[in-house]
Amino acid sequence: MPRITMREAISQALWEEMERDPKVFILGEEVGVWGGTYAVTKGFYDHFGEKRVKDTPIAEAAIIGAAIGAAMTGQRPVAELMTINFAFSAMDHIVNEAAKLHYMFAGQFVLPMVIRAVGGGGRQLGATHSQTPDAVFAHFPGLKVVSPGTPEDAKGLLKAAIRSDDPVLFIEHATMYQVRGEVPDGDFVIPIGKSKVQRPGKDVTIVTYSKGLEISLKAAEVLAKEGIEVEIVDLRSLRPLDMEPVIESFKKTNRAVIVEEGWKSYGVGSEVAARIYEQAFDYVDAPVKRVAQKEVPLPYNRTLEQLALPQIADVIQAVKEVL
Amino acid sequence: MAETVIMPKLGFDMAEGTLVRWVIGEGQPVAKGAVLAEIETDKATVEVESNFAGIVAKHLVAEKDVVPVNTPIAIITQPGEALVKTPLEDAGGGGGKPEASHKEQGSRAVQTEAAQKQEISSQAAAPVKAGGPVKASPIARRLASEKGIDLSAINGSGPGGRVVRRDVESYQPPQAAPAAAPASTLAVTPPRAEPGLAPATAAQPGVERPLSKLRNAIARRMVEAKQQTPHFYITRDYDMAALMALRKQLNGLLPENEKISVNDFIVKAVAMTLKQFPNLNASFAGSQILQHAHINIGVAVAVENGLLTVVCRDADQQGLRQIAVEVKNMAGKAREGKVRPEDIEGSTFSISNLGMYEVEQFAAIINPPEAAILAVGAVQEVPVVRKASGESPAQLVIGTRMKATISVDHRVSDGAEAAQFLQALAGWLENPLKLVL
Repeated sequence: MPRITMREAISQALWEEMERDPKVFILGEEVGVWGGTYAVTKGFYDHFGEKRVKDTPIAEAAIIGAAIGAAMTGQRPVAELMTINFAFSAMDHIVNEAAKLHYMFAGQFVLPMVIRAVGGGGRQLGATHSQTPDAVFAHFPGLKVVSPGTPEDAKGLLKAAIRSDDPVLFIEHATMYQVRGEVPDGDFVIPIGKSKVQRPGKDVTIVTYSKGLEISLKAAEVLAKEGIEVEIVDLRSLRPLDMEPVIESFKKTNRAVIVEEGWKSYGVGSEVAARIYEQAFDYVDAPVKRVAQKEVPLPYNRTLEQLALPQIADVIQAVKEVL
Repeated sequence: MAETVIMPKLGFDMAEGTLVRWVIGEGQPVAKGAVLAEIETDKATVEVESNFAGIVAKHLVAEKDVVPVNTPIAIITQPGEALVKTPLEDAGGGGGKPEASHKEQGSRAVQTEAAQKQEISSQAAAPVKAGGPVKASPIARRLASEKGIDLSAINGSGPGGRVVRRDVESYQPPQAAPAAAPASTLAVTPPRAEPGLAPATAAQPGVERPLSKLRNAIARRMVEAKQQTPHFYITRDYDMAALMALRKQLNGLLPENEKISVNDFIVKAVAMTLKQFPNLNASFAGSQILQHAHINIGVAVAVENGLLTVVCRDADQQGLRQIAVEVKNMAGKAREGKVRPEDIEGSTFSISNLGMYEVEQFAAIINPPEAAILAVGAVQEVPVVRKASGESPAQLVIGTRMKATISVDHRVSDGAEAAQFLQALAGWLENPLKLVL
């Protein structure tokens, strides 16, 4: 299987879906002539033309609003938000319209739209451009929230998102576009809402996704040298949240650490931990631990930024604490 | 409202503390910020201040007791407020003082919040053995009940004595054997007579000395350091004549309590050298090397039954006099067992100096998670060959020399860099005026 980057995987998914279905089109800031802020849509404008690769004004509410209108009238828009931080400018459209129209209109409309948004910190972009608010969006019923941690998942899940008749927020991590992994050639789809064991183990279950997967895999290698075998379950989508592999793993290990890049309070870890206690109480052998971002606006200073973000050493320490 | 004082967590790896002495007795008034008790942690004896003003209604922990962090140790009430009976006392005293009778102050029993009572009962449950609730994980409870094992018969190996899965699974009922093995402790146990290893004087057993907290911490950390850190060692000789002369001159100008030791010069010189070698002011952290932003020099201080490193923070930015005064103060407090946690946490590079014992040279064990440590010997007058220069031939003269050995974590750095460090250090020690500038 070819090893390609996350960027190439996402780009391939978009390209193949646009070739497959003429209703699929892209809109967003700098997606066309410039080829995308993260160069994901390079070459798309020349190949598919300006009607299917639309540069928009810097107005996120307009981008999402237009995508909603297009989706309601039968198109399959893929709207790109330069960073997920700008989704707050479009919050009303995302949570009050996209997430609710199918329900409010009693199923008369479907909303086959994807919002691709770049999230995460670690690039010294300052507090307002480095957030990981994934849990905020996963809070709203009616919106699917997907965030892949490997190129293979990125391609398969983005294709699934584009083919889904529901609005999907597809969150890509800003520091993972260069991550390489094996991706099968050609067309394949990974269903949304299926967690996956990315590394088998027996001692402690790590539940994570996106950037957390990257650091957890590295922590697992260090721990393996000390004879500690962690099992890593990648959530891949936060809504719907598939707890089955998590619970199955937890019943084996009885110990869990949840790793996420967002803040700890009211976060993904809180939700997963609560569900573990609800669904596997009689298997708990140690309190579930959460590794997350320090509760501060993410600093610009590089040293402070790295201190605030969850690190490999934090995961290793948490695993040892639950053992 | 009654407030609960807990065993504080001082330092990230502190799991439990010993209550050495109650400073304020039961029934005595206490002001906010007043010293309530002295506790001994892994590293030192520290004072616990009260966060509340009021009356010390009850000590929940007796002197010399060891309890996990966050365990309630005392209850402070407001004047006139009666203490509500805690479930702990109903359970028969537990880890507290069984003889301490419950003092009802007047008949107005004030109901404190039920939540508070529950907190006390659940947290204080750890040391309770007989009668009290047993701390056990849910899966341990389920397995014990399936196997028909009484949880209270099991020694918990989890945090705070919690019974966890492995304890239930490895539990052997004490029916056939005369007695189950005692709970494992870290105290020195007499060596088991193994074939071929029995001591020659088996008839006369040695003296058993329980490990102090500090000894225990040293034992744990040194095993960790030597097992997990690949050390290498490099020794170099330094010409200390100029430094000794300068020191004499400076100390002639300084009052007694500000006099500068040879080690203070070394602290400053090492700090300045580390600025040039950030890779040695670092920690190995899994898949990366963490170079520290500050240069905090740990100075090893011998104390009763062990040693501590007091930390001279940002030593590169401090003057010699400041370093001298600060290290002297902290070392004094360390010897009295009264250091503050911040005096002994956070060093990024350590220095161990045995020069005062006329040691020529030695190699030190790295103080994790640091990447290196410098072991310093005595400044001695030794024969030195002065190289031939110009017309004067080589000569044997008396030199003032000192040897220093650096131990380095080979995962972080290599021989050449460490040798360059020692060479750069010479640039400071042998030109000591630079340290005064």
